[in-house]
Parts: sequence; structure tokens; C-alpha cells
Amino acid sequence: MDLGGINPAVLIASLMVASVPIMLAALGELVVEKAGVLNLGVEGMMIMGAICGFVTAVETGSPFLGFIGGALGAMALSLIFAFLTQVLQANQVATGLALTLFGLGLSSLIGQGYVGIKPPATAIVPFGPLADIPVVGRILFSHDPVVYLSIALVAGVWAVLKFSRTGLVIRAVGESHDAAHALGYKVTRIRILAILFGGAMAGLGGAYVSLVRVPQWTDGITAGAGWIALAIVVFASWKPWRILIGAYLFGGITVLQLNLQAAGARIPVEYLSMSPYLITILVLVIMSSGKGRASLNAPVALGQNFHASR
Amino acid sequence: MLRLEKRPSPSRFWQMATPVLAVVLTMIAGGLMFALLGKNPVEAIRTIFYDPLFNPQFAAYSRPQLLVKAGPLILIAIGLSLGFRAGIWNIGAEGQYIMGAICGAAVGLAFYPSESVLIFPAMVLAGALGGWAWAMIPAILKTRFRTNEILVSLLLVYVAEAILASMALGRLRNPEGGGFPGSRNLSKWEASANPELIAGTGMHWGVVAAFIAVIAAYILLQRHILGFQIKLAGQAPRAARFAGVAPTKLVVLCMGLSGGLAGLAGLFEVTGPAGQISIDFGSGYGFTAIIVAFLGRLNPIGILLAGLLMALTYIGGELAQFMLGLPSAAIQAFQGMLLFFLLAVDLLSNYRIRLAKRGVA
Repeated sequence: MDLGGINPAVLIASLMVASVPIMLAALGELVVEKAGVLNLGVEGMMIMGAICGFVTAVETGSPFLGFIGGALGAMALSLIFAFLTQVLQANQVATGLALTLFGLGLSSLIGQGYVGIKPPATAIVPFGPLADIPVVGRILFSHDPVVYLSIALVAGVWAVLKFSRTGLVIRAVGESHDAAHALGYKVTRIRILAILFGGAMAGLGGAYVSLVRVPQWTDGITAGAGWIALAIVVFASWKPWRILIGAYLFGGITVLQLNLQAAGARIPVEYLSMSPYLITILVLVIMSSGKGRASLNAPVALGQNFHASR
Repeated sequence: MLRLEKRPSPSRFWQMATPVLAVVLTMIAGGLMFALLGKNPVEAIRTIFYDPLFNPQFAAYSRPQLLVKAGPLILIAIGLSLGFRAGIWNIGAEGQYIMGAICGAAVGLAFYPSESVLIFPAMVLAGALGGWAWAMIPAILKTRFRTNEILVSLLLVYVAEAILASMALGRLRNPEGGGFPGSRNLSKWEASANPELIAGTGMHWGVVAAFIAVIAAYILLQRHILGFQIKLAGQAPRAARFAGVAPTKLVVLCMGLSGGLAGLAGLFEVTGPAGQISIDFGSGYGFTAIIVAFLGRLNPIGILLAGLLMALTYIGGELAQFMLGLPSAAIQAFQGMLLFFLLAVDLLSNYRIRLAKRGVA
């Protein structure tokens, strides 16, 4: 297949990299939504992860610590969301928006002295001779650890939600918080933990943007990836493996349009760069209409606040 | 141990008091943030909230700016508040603002260099239509395909920004601009200019439109059946359906109104204070207006006051940037913080806080 001088193996390898941030963030949001909480602050948490990860990596010289720092930074932000919505009973939609607005401002404040710096490079996992296999080696064995971690996390979340007691409790809380409460589960505590997990995942995704994908710091670096991640959760009908498919689909579109830009396609750059957003909308429309629509699979208590009153 | 007890209906006193409390709390937390940045917190807060209005050195310049900044914020927030009341979340006002400006400017520039008096009204109409049409996309997708309007309206902001860039670099670029991006200066072309109406006040047509919108929204919500339906749909969706409120109609109406108003705000901005379509025309008014709508408690009069206050933080922020070297991002974080505190203290109007013995629940 000839895509105007674009090598398919390189394309697939780079779409795997491009999809990591949205995959991680969407996976975290999936768990949050499974617990019945709608956190629209993914974009804000991602960008906090991006800057905290970047600062940590630059200051310590270790990308590994950078990813930890990114996850912790975004987790701290998600704690605000957890406190406001779970303890103070604030509206989840509005709080999520506040999280994004605040995160964008705070990240740009923290990142002031870090524009134009290169972060330490994240090493590629050494697979030795495996990486030299033509095509397959380039696609499967030439990535940094986070790419493999993200896929492992999809499997992990799927297994936990489907087979473990923890997963059952999370799902119960998200389907009917009153019933879960009556059974003696700590609805608020479980939801707070889910929100923190979502924050950490969004932070990892954000750190991946600033440390590997770009890699440098500019204001608004996540450019809507958090919103696309939210859309992917709907696309995936709240099923972990479909997150993987959705993320690869959007990673593919992003990489393809970037390659077309670089190859000097006839279509103006601006129209190419809006394509991921347009396709996200298109996919949302397809998924939310018709008889087999995704929303039928949505957690029933999604977005509803829980208050244990007598 | 503290215990929350839900009030049968929200407390009227706290509904009035919470925005004020939130502003005070934000000033304290913001002061802490400024202190962490190595600035004198008292001085920073004074520079933001006091100096633009009362400092003899700056007030002459700053006071008119208050209305210039508050105009678009109020205009957009009024539209958003109607939807928010009905549980319809249009958070893509920034995109509608940009599209309104582009459509209005395009109509005007098509007639350049005519001097007809009809050009400005035509541009206003085109601006409103542009914003309206952009908001109709999520509205129709929601009513026809049940697509989430939050995600669609927000994603369309990024699309609008891409269109803006393409327009500033391509179709609408000033042919006499020496190849620089950006359109002709609309504020310097008499037929399209949106000038200061009363010298020294900052009052332009956009501010007039904002005041009209406040009054119209007030009448709509207090006196008109439609306003009642909007409130009912938000507070009791089931009851609204039994009462014969058509959700589809309400979505189209609220989204359309908020889109049209955002488009108007964009048009008045591009013909006045901004002057031209440029790549960085989108200045975040559409997002800040969300804070304004909530700070004003989704009430027209409240939004008027909240818009003025938020405009003050913009102007004061610029002043603090200039005087104290406070980073502009600090003001953005400060505005976000305000929304946090507002949502947090909202608890007081919906719940009573009671002391309770541990283990009793």
C-alpha cells in the first residue's frame, strides 16, 4: 500500500505512540464513570500531568520519576474534584469544567520557566534481536515502556472489572448507589478512590504527551486530548478493550493527518488538523444513535450525586 | 462529626451570600498563591481589584476597559445561563464566538470599500446567524441522534479555531497587508466600525446589546411561559414532560439563543476592540463566561454583576502583570479557583450543616 511515501510499518508504530495519552486518560475515565461519576476535568488533569511530569523529569533527569510526578500532580487535582463532588455535593458537570479551566491556568503558571527545554529522553525497551525483525520488529518491539504499560493496563482494568470482587463493587456503586449503600459498601469512599485512579491515569497520559510525544512544554499542549478521551469512553460503550480500539483509531487519524501535512498534501493544514475532532464527533453521533446505541450501556447512576440521608 | 442535612428548598439567604463568600475565599486563596509566587499578596489583590477603578494614575485608562471586557462576557453568559438552567450544557461558546466573528466579518468584507450604512447591521445579523448555526450542530445532533452536547460543542471549539486560522491566513487575509496574517482592520473602516459610543466610557454596541440581553432574559425568566418551562425542565425534568414541555424544542431554543448571543459578542469584538480577524482572536471569553454564568447564579442581574467583577480581574490582572510582574497565567488560575470556591460554598444553600454524634447516620 502506498500512502504517498508513508511507510505503513512506521505509521502503525507511530500511531501506537500517538494513541497512548488518550488511551490512558480514557481508561482512567472509564473506571471513574463505571463508579458512577462523570469527571469532565480530564483535559485539566492531563495538562497538569503534562507539566508536573515535565518539571519532575527535567529537575531529576529521570523520565521514570517524571511519569510518577505527572500521575501525582494530576491526582492532586482530581482530589479537588473528589472533595467538591463527593463531600460537598457540587454539580459534577460544573466542577469538571472548573477543573479544566483551573488546570489550564495553573499548568501554564507552573510551566513558565520551562518553555523551550528538552526533557530527558525516555529509553526504548531493549528487545535485542527481536527489534530487527522486518516490519513486525518495528511495530511491536521498538517502543518505550509506557506503550506496553498502557496495553497491560487495559487488560488489567478489564480483568479487575470483570472478574474481581473490587470490580463488582465498583460497578454496583455506579449502577445503583442506593443499593450499594444498603449492602454496606462505602459509596463515597469507593468513588473517591475511583476518581483518584482516573486522575493518576490522566496524569500519566499527560506526562506522556510532554515527555515523549512532543517532547517539550508549551501552553495548552494537550490540545483537547482530554475531551477526545471522554468521547472515546462513549465510543467504547464503557468496555475496556474497545478503549484500545478507539484510541488506536484516533491515534491513527492523528498520525495520518500529521504525515499528510508533512508530505505536503493538497488539503490545507488547518483542515487536516481539525479532522481528529470532526471524526470524533462523527463517531459520537454513530455510537449514540440507533437501537444498539452506546448510552444503553452507560452506568445508570452516572453523574448523580450520592448523599446518605435517612 | 459534621453531618449534612438536605434543605427542603435552597436557602434564599445563602443563594445571595455564597457568591460574595466565594469571592472573599478566592481572594484569600489567590493571595496565598501570589505569596508563593513571591509577590506581596495584599498589594497584588489591591492592584487587581482596587487600582483599576480608583487609583488616579490608572483609573482614567482602566475604567472604560471595564465595560469593554464585561460586554462580551455578559452577553455570552446570559445565553449560557438559559441553557444551564434547563440542564442543557453548551460549553462551546468560544467556538460560536469565533464563528460569529468570522461570518460577520466575511459579510462586511464582501462589500469593502462601500460606505453604506446598511453594512454594520448586516454584519450584526450575520454574526448572530454564524454563532447560531455553529450552536445548531450540537443541538440538532442531540435532538436527532442523542449525541452528548457537552462533548460536541466543546470539540467544535477546536474546529472553529482551525477555521479561524485558515481564514486569517487565507480567504479573509488583508490583500494590502503585505502578506501578514489577519484581515483588514474593521474598526478603522467606518462602515463596519463598532466605535465607543460615549467617549471615555468604553460603551460600544456590544455593551448595549449585553444590557438589552440582561433585561430581556430577566423578563423571559420572570414573566414568560418559556422562562418557566426552562426553569421547570432543569429542576424537574419528569414534571416538565408531563406538563407538555417539549425537550427537543427547548434544546434547539437554548442552544440557538446562547450560540446567537456568543456570535454577537464575537462580531462586536471583531469590529471594535479586536479590530480584525487574526489567528489569536479567540481570547477565552467563551470559557470565562461559564464562570460568569455560575458566579451570577444563572440569574440575569447576578450575571451583570459577575461579568463586571470578572472584567475587573482581567483588567486588574493586566495591571498586576505590568506593575508587579505577575504572570498572566496566574489570573487564569485565579478565575478557575473562583469557580471552585463557588461550587464548594454552594453546599450552604442546599444543605444544613449539623453537628452529629459519630456512628449515628
